[in-house]
Order: sequence, then structure tokens, then C-alpha cells
Amino acid sequence: MYPKELKYDREHEWVRLDGDVATIGISDFAQDQLGEVVYVDLPSVGEAVSTGESFGEVESVKSVSELFSPISGEIVEVNEALEDAPETVNEDCYNAGWMIKVKVEDTAEVEALMDADDYEAYIAEEA
Amino acid sequence: MIEAGRMTPLYTEHVALGARMVDFAGWQMPVQYAGIIEEHNAVRSAVGIFDVSHMGEFRVFGFDARESLQRIITNDLDRISTLGSALYTVMCDEDGGIIDDLIVYHTGDLEYLIVVNAANRQTDWDWITAHLPETVEIADESDRTALIAVQGPHALAVIGELAGEGWTPPDRFEVGEAALDSVPVLVARTGYTGEDGVEVFCHASQAAAIWRTLLSFSEVSPCGLGARDTLRLEMGYPLYGSDMDRGVDPVSAGLGWVAPKAKSGYIGAEAIARVRAESPERKLVGLTVSEGVPRHGYPVLHGGEEVGKVASGTFSPTLGHGIATAYVPVALADPGTGLEVGIRRKVASAVVTKPPFVKTTSLSALKS
Repeated sequence: MYPKELKYDREHEWVRLDGDVATIGISDFAQDQLGEVVYVDLPSVGEAVSTGESFGEVESVKSVSELFSPISGEIVEVNEALEDAPETVNEDCYNAGWMIKVKVEDTAEVEALMDADDYEAYIAEEA
Repeated sequence: MIEAGRMTPLYTEHVALGARMVDFAGWQMPVQYAGIIEEHNAVRSAVGIFDVSHMGEFRVFGFDARESLQRIITNDLDRISTLGSALYTVMCDEDGGIIDDLIVYHTGDLEYLIVVNAANRQTDWDWITAHLPETVEIADESDRTALIAVQGPHALAVIGELAGEGWTPPDRFEVGEAALDSVPVLVARTGYTGEDGVEVFCHASQAAAIWRTLLSFSEVSPCGLGARDTLRLEMGYPLYGSDMDRGVDPVSAGLGWVAPKAKSGYIGAEAIARVRAESPERKLVGLTVSEGVPRHGYPVLHGGEEVGKVASGTFSPTLGHGIATAYVPVALADPGTGLEVGIRRKVASAVVTKPPFVKTTSLSALKS
């Protein structure tokens, strides 16, 4: 449920670092808490994101949640497919349900995030 | 501090089914099991069952029961002079403010069963008992009564199978006795989903048995308050606390039809007649929103200016876009009028739409 190769933040986003490009999405815990996703509102390529700041929204029938960036950098790609198929976030949150790709300013920021074990412990504490 | 919250007789069933429980009007209720959209679709295409045991049931009886209730409710009890018929109504204060919406079932000679909203149970009890003469008796049956809504195009087939041969289902807005798998119940052909179906009243001790029997049918899905809300809003059915409250009269709330012009002498009648004579300033309308999900309290705009707030709002699973209700000035209430809804940082266009938002259901087929 929480892939070992990913990093996680306290707002339930995951990060996959590939060189200096980080792919960001929401965790299985987050998609389960939200329920069936009906809208994903994402920023545009070229926009800057900053650590801890909102970069978009994910909305289910019952609630809406802000998406917070776990890192700082510039958006190089957004998952446009989510516009027509927001349910992908529920079905495959770690792969097809990714949200943005960011060229990170400082890869050490990614390293400092929680690993899967820490994140799982964090969720257990929160629940 | 953890607040326990009241539990219906089906609480342990919900937990065992893995429902997500939430506080609703002081009750621990299931908001969803498999998912709101999945449950919503189950009701539109097959059968969904809902625990609505948190609602209140009052039994009113006595020689003056009819006359006394006529003074309390806006709708006309003469419409249900036949035993076994049911009436949707509101009751108002002297200013025409809506205290609650309710269904009155004419269950017996000199006897009526009233079903009220969970959140208003105490308020309603206080109001009704204060306005009943001593010659009329009233009993609060809520705690010992469980209520299960069985809704969907195949609901009557399921109930019919459990009731056995020789049982005749009640007509729409009628109520009758049945034995479901030999459990004695009251079956009302009413509901809050826009689908054909029934609401089953039974003794609290039998609720779990009936619930499990219903779930033994493969086409029956347990449904939570989340789907109940999307289903009712697709039909434009109002929800007390969102679409109406003490601050609004039935005419403005689009419920003029439950306060017939020909009826007088009930509490609030003069105030409601005044609203009619002067015509209301605001009206509750439906809104179709193509981008984003409108939610309760979001501003409704016209030319950038706020003209009202969203009363009820959700994503319609059937239509695949946002739907809402809102109070807007009468000049902006005509179907087709273009408005906007402020959805957090964005402004989404909205079109005034006459409910029901979903036109074709098993219930609309039944009516035509």
C-alpha cells in the first residue's frame, strides 16, 4: 500500500525522484479518506511550487482537499488525463494517478521526507 | 473528548460492513460503505437499503387527533382521509417559518403516525405537544422503532418476495402492514431517492434480522447518508437545515404545494397568505454547474455581485457534473437564467434549472 521506493509528506503526498525531476501524487491513505475523486484541479506547466504551499485541489463527492507541495521547484509536466478520468486517482494512485512532475531545486529536500515505514507509523498515529 | 453519539439498532451491522461512520445530528451514522457513487448507482439501477432509524416517529391518537393536527401542519389532512394514506407536509410557526418537514401517515381510525427529522426530534416534540389539546394522546415511538428505506427499481420485487404470495404492495404514498420473513412490519411506499421503493418500519429488536435478510439478495447494496444526499438532491428534494429552516416560509422554499391556498386556520396560515399576496422576495431554485462542485454556503453571483448562497450542493453521479439549490431574488429565478457560483478561488457559471435534475427514474415511470 505504501511503496518502499517513494517518499511521503505529512499531507499525504508521495514523491518519486528520478534525477532532478520529482513525480508527485497522493497516497493510498489519502485517496481512501477522500472517497471517489470527481475533480482534480492542477496548475500549469512552468508554474513554480513551494514547499508546504498549495498547488491544486482534489475533490470527491463529499469533500475537497488542497494538494500541498512537498518540495520547491518548477512544474515540467501535469497529468492531463486526470481531467477526464479523475477516478484514476482512486484506482492507481501511485502510477497512472500521478499529478505533477517538478524539476526540484534541491534534491536534499526529497531525501528529508518520510520513507514508507515512517509514513505508515505516522498514519497509524494519526488515525 | 470523544463524544459517543447515539446509535441506531443497526450500528453494529454498519461497523461489521466496514462503513465509514460520521456524526449526524448527534447520531453515529454510516456515510458510506463501498463508496458514494457506487451506492448511488446501485439505487438508480437495482436496490439500495438505508438505515434511517435516527428519524423520529410520533403516534398521535384520539377523537380530536385530526382536527388538532390540522392546526399544526400546513397541508390538508383531508387529502389522507382514507386509512393507509400518507401526506408530505411542513409545520410552521406563527411567522410562517418552517419548524420541520414531515410525513403524516394515516395508520388507523383516529390515529396518525408522524415521521420527523432526527435533528428536529426534540423541537418537534415540544412544539406538537404544546399545541395538542389534552384530549389527544401522543407517544414518542422513536426509540423502539427502526426505519429501513429500501429504494430502487427492483425494491418492490425484493419486498414482495419477502412478504410472500397474497401480499399486495401499497400504492405510492400509502402504507400497510406486512410480514417480511414473518417479522411484522409497516411498509410505506415513500422515499427520498426519486426511485420506486418503500420505507419499512419495524421494532428495534427486529431491525438487524430484516437488514441481513435484505442484504442476502445479491441485487441489494447497503447505502449511507452520502448517497442519500446525492440521490435526493438529483430530485430537488429539500433537506431541512440546508434548503429550509425557521427563517424561511414554505412558499419561498418552493413548498407552496404543501400549504394549499384553500386551507386556513393552521399555525402560520396568515403569514403564508401574506407572502403569497406580496409575492416572495427570494425563491429556492435549482442550479446546474458544469465545472466544479458547488457546496453549502458558497456564494451565488450575478454579474460578479453576490445575490445568494448555495443551500444544497453536490456532484451529481448520474449527470456527471455539479448541481445545487440556492435562494436567489425572484427576478433571477426563471429557468435558463445565467448565474455564477464562487467555488473557492474560481467563479463557475451556473444555469437556473427546474428540478428534478434527473428526469427519468423508476418513480417517474410509475407516476406516468
